[in-house]
Amino acid sequence: MCLALSRLSECGIMRNIKRSFMPLSRLLQASTCPAALSSSARRLVSGCASSPKVCIVGGGAAGFYTAQHLLKARSDMVVDIYERLPVPFGLVRFGVAPDHPEVKNVINTFTQTAQHERCSFFGNVGVGMDISVEELKNAYHAVVLSYGADGNRSMRVSGESLEGVFSARDFVGWYNGLPSNQELCPDLSCETAVVLGQGNVALDVARILLSPLDYLKKTDITEQALQSLKASRVNRVLIVGRRGPLQIACTIKEVREMINLPETKADMLPSDFEGIAEVLKGLPRPRKRLTELMLMTLKVNEGGQNTCKRWGFRFLRSPVEVLPDADGKKVAGIRLAVNKLEGSGEEARALPTGQTQDVECGLLISSIGYKSLPLDPTVPFDPRTFTVPNNMGRVLHTAGLYCSGWVKRGPTGVIATTMNDSFETARTLLKDAASGTLDLSVYKAGAQEITALLKTRGVRAVSFSEWEKINSEEVRRGEALGKPREKVLDVKEMLEVAWS
Amino acid sequence: MALRVCVRSLIFSTRVQLWRETLSSRTVIRPFSRHHELQSESSPGSKVLLHFVNQNGTKMSVMATEGESLLDIVINKNLQIDGFGACEGTLACSTCHLIFDESVYERLEPVADEELDMLDLAYGLTKMSRLGCQVIVAPWMNDMTVRVPLGVKDQRVPQEAKNKQ
Repeated sequence: MCLALSRLSECGIMRNIKRSFMPLSRLLQASTCPAALSSSARRLVSGCASSPKVCIVGGGAAGFYTAQHLLKARSDMVVDIYERLPVPFGLVRFGVAPDHPEVKNVINTFTQTAQHERCSFFGNVGVGMDISVEELKNAYHAVVLSYGADGNRSMRVSGESLEGVFSARDFVGWYNGLPSNQELCPDLSCETAVVLGQGNVALDVARILLSPLDYLKKTDITEQALQSLKASRVNRVLIVGRRGPLQIACTIKEVREMINLPETKADMLPSDFEGIAEVLKGLPRPRKRLTELMLMTLKVNEGGQNTCKRWGFRFLRSPVEVLPDADGKKVAGIRLAVNKLEGSGEEARALPTGQTQDVECGLLISSIGYKSLPLDPTVPFDPRTFTVPNNMGRVLHTAGLYCSGWVKRGPTGVIATTMNDSFETARTLLKDAASGTLDLSVYKAGAQEITALLKTRGVRAVSFSEWEKINSEEVRRGEALGKPREKVLDVKEMLEVAWS
Repeated sequence: MALRVCVRSLIFSTRVQLWRETLSSRTVIRPFSRHHELQSESSPGSKVLLHFVNQNGTKMSVMATEGESLLDIVINKNLQIDGFGACEGTLACSTCHLIFDESVYERLEPVADEELDMLDLAYGLTKMSRLGCQVIVAPWMNDMTVRVPLGVKDQRVPQEAKNKQ
């Protein structure tokens, strides 16, 4: 997942678009009442005792798309979304790159879902901390786990904890304003940064490190990150992958964005592409076009331009050891194993040749993938795939429990992948409800029961209209800076604004 | 082919540079074309009959106005196509993917690299695939049928999982 914002300085236009883009409300035939009523009053209006009640754990893309489909398919279904943070939208807010505002347009549809009369949002409620899955199962007919992939795959090499070594998740969270990553303070005083991994997140990180500030300052990147990037001396980013050009994990849009970065040139090694042009013909179209685009960078670069910033892929390299500086505190480089490929195509495996290569760098960001973490001992979890074992979204051996998004299929794919995957889970749930596998005949108290439990634990949820107060405040702060929004970075401050 | 891509990309990069000066890069080529509608109020464009076949095989026939995009039509006419147009016509997703008859496909305006980039991520990609947000209704399209890809199962997902580094 991975957008530009003076694009949105067409802001007037975009707002008009927003207003005219009301597909969901039309699809759902939403009534006009909800905005003015409190969440509990809405429930009295819409959620009669016999309504099927479903709750969703996690207010990101998977959660909202699952909710959207459930609400649309059954006019009696009540859907509640529980989110650990006071703010909704998960990685659409905290993962999608600040220069990708178009991708964030999905928030308009999510907002319409949240404002639907049969949908409620409960932010600031941590499932597994404030409330258990078992308690949710007691209160709802079905529980859908859509809590994403909160952990990182580790490089498992020595030196990983040296200063200047970060996971891409934390680095992305830092520039996107995720509260838990605001202490990161990366030192950007070095010239070379190495990113391990060649997925879209790796390219997001590389692009943010090399983008012109004039460009970034019009996005919703945090002011704090912008100031650090202003002082940055990073002028070269190497993006390292363990396999070859034909196995690269990123998508073509992200490579094209790197190529189109102003005052920046691609720094590739022609030797990495030997023999590649010959195999192009037999490749499927997406792989073929991506490879052709990379080959093109070799040709364009032959002329050699006088640009100060460079980026490049480095292939067939795996991390062996993070090398410390003289004081042993900070990263000074990375030792890479030189690999060769066994087999070909998508299936090719990287095998070490026994040779190594040291690359100097003052910033090392590992972007080798996310992983989901188990939520609760009562929920099945596959520790090998880091997913919840399921059949089309139906959690195995656990009646009433479903999953969607990354926790269901692993942390891959673009927003459309998560959308389709969430629709699939919703269809499975609806099918189970229709066939009686999911028993809807018993009364379930839904949010009423959970809200009472939360009260006894001193937990106060943030409603969607309270989030909208945070939203308005962020937009207001952004306006002063010429940005679409300036995010509130601290949970405590979010709550103060929400409840002000 | 390589040369063709090369030339096209160079052309595009010039375009991007132009955009950067005004809007920054790669904006929306054609976000919901409201301006078309506004124009059509004063001088109504031709009306064209179009047929959409959705994921369930249901055929929906609508009157569209010259200058609207196919995405505009799905949204404005409230056609029942799940998850259509997630990024609102900004070339940032592939959810308005439509499949055309060959005879129609060949008459469509040329496809830009950015559209192909998104199509490459689409479910059930065919040689006759386009993004609905980039296809603008013209009088010759009268009685045209477009299809929403059937397969919700993404061919790319297993491949992508294997790709994971």
